[in-house]
Amino acid sequence: MDNLHGIRNFLHSCLRRQLSESDLSWLEQQQATISETLKDTLFFTTFSRLPQHVGKQDLLPTDIERQAAQQLRKGWVLDDWSVDQVARAWLLLGLPWEQDAERSHRWLQLSFTHGDVAELVALYQCLPLLPFPEHHVRRAAEGIRSNMTAVFNAVALANPYPAEYFDDVAWNQLVVKALFVGTPLHPIQGFDRRLNPQLSQMLTDYAHERWAAGRSVNPELWRGVALFATAEHQSDVQRLLTSANPLERDAGALVCMDSPEPTVRALLTPYPKQRQRIQSGQLSWATLYRSITFSDVASAAA
Amino acid sequence: MTFSIPERFKFIDPHAHMSSRTTDDYAAMREAGVVAVIEPAFWWGQPRTSVGSFQDYFSSLVGWERFRASQFGIRHYCTMGLNSKEANNEDLAEAVMELLPIYAAKEGVVAIGEIGYDDMTALEERYFCRQLELAKELDMLVMVHTPHRDKKAGTKRSMDRCLEFGLKPSQVIMDHNNEETVEDVLSRGFWAAFTIYPNTKMGNARMVEVVRQYGSDRIIVDSSADWGVSDPLAVPKTAMLMLERGIPEEQIHDVCYRNALKAYGQSGQFNEEDWLNPAPIDQRQVFSGNSVLRGQKPQVEQPSHNPDLVLIE
Repeated sequence: MDNLHGIRNFLHSCLRRQLSESDLSWLEQQQATISETLKDTLFFTTFSRLPQHVGKQDLLPTDIERQAAQQLRKGWVLDDWSVDQVARAWLLLGLPWEQDAERSHRWLQLSFTHGDVAELVALYQCLPLLPFPEHHVRRAAEGIRSNMTAVFNAVALANPYPAEYFDDVAWNQLVVKALFVGTPLHPIQGFDRRLNPQLSQMLTDYAHERWAAGRSVNPELWRGVALFATAEHQSDVQRLLTSANPLERDAGALVCMDSPEPTVRALLTPYPKQRQRIQSGQLSWATLYRSITFSDVASAAA
Repeated sequence: MTFSIPERFKFIDPHAHMSSRTTDDYAAMREAGVVAVIEPAFWWGQPRTSVGSFQDYFSSLVGWERFRASQFGIRHYCTMGLNSKEANNEDLAEAVMELLPIYAAKEGVVAIGEIGYDDMTALEERYFCRQLELAKELDMLVMVHTPHRDKKAGTKRSMDRCLEFGLKPSQVIMDHNNEETVEDVLSRGFWAAFTIYPNTKMGNARMVEVVRQYGSDRIIVDSSADWGVSDPLAVPKTAMLMLERGIPEEQIHDVCYRNALKAYGQSGQFNEEDWLNPAPIDQRQVFSGNSVLRGQKPQVEQPSHNPDLVLIE
């Protein structure tokens, strides 16, 4: 709970930098009245209406704010946050979590139940900041089931929560669904740490299914396969290495370098330049990610 | 007449029940120049039996449907209300009234509606009045559904009630007008919306004549496209018929775009900027849909359905 206060103070300092005095005091006043009266409708309507007062501009965090966020909560990435999201987080963290955890949970759940698109995004972004993180696992998994890509992304991308709390079943669904909806894999936190043989198999099957349908595959997929590649993956990797698409050729080379399987590693031998690009840092999963145009992958996946 | 729309036209359909429509409709609407829609909360074609059905419906209006529209480059707004038919189920109506203040506060909710009379029962009267009271309390606009039967009397009574509850005529959009009601609605200072809907409401040739006679001040055209035989392209089609039949373009622009913007813009929740120049966060969330990354061009889905093609890929 100490951290809760630290995070809340930090959010408040971000708001102070961004908001006029009158907008900030409106928000503070609302919060004070909510704490005093504990009127649920006041909380919900304040949560909904606050963009009209605080605006929806991007937060554009300073370097100091970025570092402070990481120190307060490992993996907390502020870069894509907007001011209304900061205000919503501040309001949520201001629920009486210590004095009345039951009410706080109830209000949080109801906020999810009737949330609009932007509210759901803000709520899911806040999961790693909330107290009792282990209580939100089912909710987070529900977010992964969302049909609204923006909501899915709020759980899956730039969010430390899933890697820390999901079991393998939920985690593997997250990764495969990211591919399915055309969202990039690189911003998924803890990706390498949570790799597992079952996921590797699911990704391989998914790639085969896409290929059989004559559809493209996000080449980042192979990052999830490399570590658990077997001799049976030789033909897949060979196909990548000789693909007409340079991004697939790069993915193939990266798989060879990452893989502990000798028969797969050996496939890179005819491509010394690729090996050199990887060793010099010119090519990595990160550079590959930056080279992909995800709108193309998305429309291919739709 | 063939149907092609000059590039310079853009449209708002301020009454369209998109939850009942397909993605092909969204694609066709965008193709025809529709940039924004307002989806009023209404009934489902059969009565709901629990408040949970209302809750999920209201949530979908500000959630999934909003997102679905954005995938086709259309900005989606809605109104929240208890429709007149279901006001006749008292227990349910009470429970819905408790939900309304919460949903009325959501972003993009431009009015309380569609509310009004169906059979003009005592319960309809009660919940119509309660919702007018709520609109007044929340300083919100009202979209009134005028009844199919006994329309003239129902329209008059709806306007009387609105005034009794302290709403200004400029805050009330009277919908589903026809030649019999238009004069009364306009002369009392209310907005007069017309629904172009085959067989039961207005046809668009009649609509052309209404505009010819009354001009374009405070007149609004919509489709009310829903699960019945209706046409999601009613607004652009009516605009083209007006153009062909000699209505000045300025007037067409008024009744098919500008007046809806003026009327619902009073809510502060319906701004041209939302679709012409959306905030970056909106572009990332609801106008690109497929990524949170900065600097990406909004991606708009293409229609999957081409009636001339046998091939499905």
